[in-house]
Amino acid sequence: MIDPSGVSEVFRSEWPRLVATLVRDVRDLELAEDVAQEAFIEAATRWHADGMPDRPGAWLLTTARRKAIDRARRSARFNDRLPELEARASREAVPTEHELIDDQLALLLGCCHPAIAPEAQVALTLRVVAGLSTAQIAKAFFVTEPTMTRRLTRSKTKIRAARIPFGVSDLETLVDRLPVVCGVIYSIFTEGHTSATTATLVRGDLCDEAIWLAELLHELVPGDPEVTGLLALMLLTDARRATRVDADGVPVLLADQVRSMWDDGKTQRGLALLAEAHAHGLIGVYQLQAAIAALHTTAPTFGDTDWPGIVKLYDVMLRRTPSAVVALNRAVAVSHADGPAVGLAAIDAIASADDLDSDLANYPYFHSSRAELLVRLDRLDEARDAFERAVDRSTNEAQARHLRRRIADLGLR
Amino acid sequence: MKYAILIYSGEDAGPAMGTPEQAAEMQEWFAYTEALHQAGVFVAGEPLQGRETATTVRVRDGEKVTTDGPYAETKEILGGFYLIDVDNLDEALEWAARVPSSRYGSTEVRPLMEIPGP
Repeated sequence: MIDPSGVSEVFRSEWPRLVATLVRDVRDLELAEDVAQEAFIEAATRWHADGMPDRPGAWLLTTARRKAIDRARRSARFNDRLPELEARASREAVPTEHELIDDQLALLLGCCHPAIAPEAQVALTLRVVAGLSTAQIAKAFFVTEPTMTRRLTRSKTKIRAARIPFGVSDLETLVDRLPVVCGVIYSIFTEGHTSATTATLVRGDLCDEAIWLAELLHELVPGDPEVTGLLALMLLTDARRATRVDADGVPVLLADQVRSMWDDGKTQRGLALLAEAHAHGLIGVYQLQAAIAALHTTAPTFGDTDWPGIVKLYDVMLRRTPSAVVALNRAVAVSHADGPAVGLAAIDAIASADDLDSDLANYPYFHSSRAELLVRLDRLDEARDAFERAVDRSTNEAQARHLRRRIADLGLR
Repeated sequence: MKYAILIYSGEDAGPAMGTPEQAAEMQEWFAYTEALHQAGVFVAGEPLQGRETATTVRVRDGEKVTTDGPYAETKEILGGFYLIDVDNLDEALEWAARVPSSRYGSTEVRPLMEIPGP
């Protein structure tokens, strides 16, 4: 789409800065968001006619502040904000880089406040920070627009009514709260990467939004190894996006993906970030996952993958965050390092271990992983049985089609 | 901003009456209340007697219906409350986390509705 005003070029970077500064000015998220949106709408017509101003950010801020003053004059609720707002507007107070960092971080922390329900944290972050429209977010999560509007409105009402603060008062609280922000961003990425709710497996738009948000967070808190690790993990995973599904949208196994089509730019950037994160000396779970993704993405062929290295990384992860899913991934790596029989024994050991609380029997990947190992062991009847269990439990149509194809392949052997 | 800290717990959760553990917890409650006063955020706070003392009243079509027992037959019951006056939800949640029974019960934080004076 051609945008003669140039607004869409600056929208990405200017939107969160503008909203963040306005939240500081008016101390109300909804008002800030409304007037920011109006300022962008006005920019679209004015810049089209007069050309883009030299400092688009300053133009947008001045325009939005004027609109905020109009609103505050008409609404008793915002009357007390008026003197400060007018003072800032009249001296055209432009935020310093330092304030912009603080305010954008405050915005992210506010949207991801633990007092807000997780699904609303995700929606708020996409709306308020990434600037997606309610319609776009509704579409991404397969709910109707009125439902998404209600979800957003409810959380904004709670922010105001319960006075949920934006930003944090001390470093300790920031350290506590960053993992929530990382978790929200990663959940947006995984929703895009392996959609549990749709027929298509890879929804690039959500992956792009998540990477953009992680880039922003990394810019705001460059010294946090887990934030850096999260960005590295997403880039190293997303580098394989083009080959993860075939032309019909059916998933392609890692072993069968065309490695020359992987995005080398993303891989290199991911590796550099991973090195940057490691330099801090603290190894967190995102970094561990990123390190595993790096070993996959940099292997020249599937067979040449450093499987023992991957098993070692999963061992560390299993000690950090014991879960059946991590143990399952480890067992699959073991099957490539030490052979399918050892891998199968490892998988069956997870299923019988009761210290890993899980719903493993209902997890399609558990059954499909077993099935693949049984194929490699030439135990085809058992493999078919396991594939069928996986199909029955799959919630993703593309995944189910892949599994049915695997069952059909068995008949040909 | 004023918040209600509503203290819920199961009837047999927490230390049993008359045990040294319960005596120690009483000291914690006194210390907690004192800390609220010291911080200048205390507005009010009282423990409630047990669920067996509760009576629920409803007026329907002008008729008063009185029933024995608490409003909701839930596992955790309201055992007491504090009203505090702090700047924002984060501060209120900090105080809620320090309520001794938050270790085994559930502590709900609700902002008070502000009704403009005449």
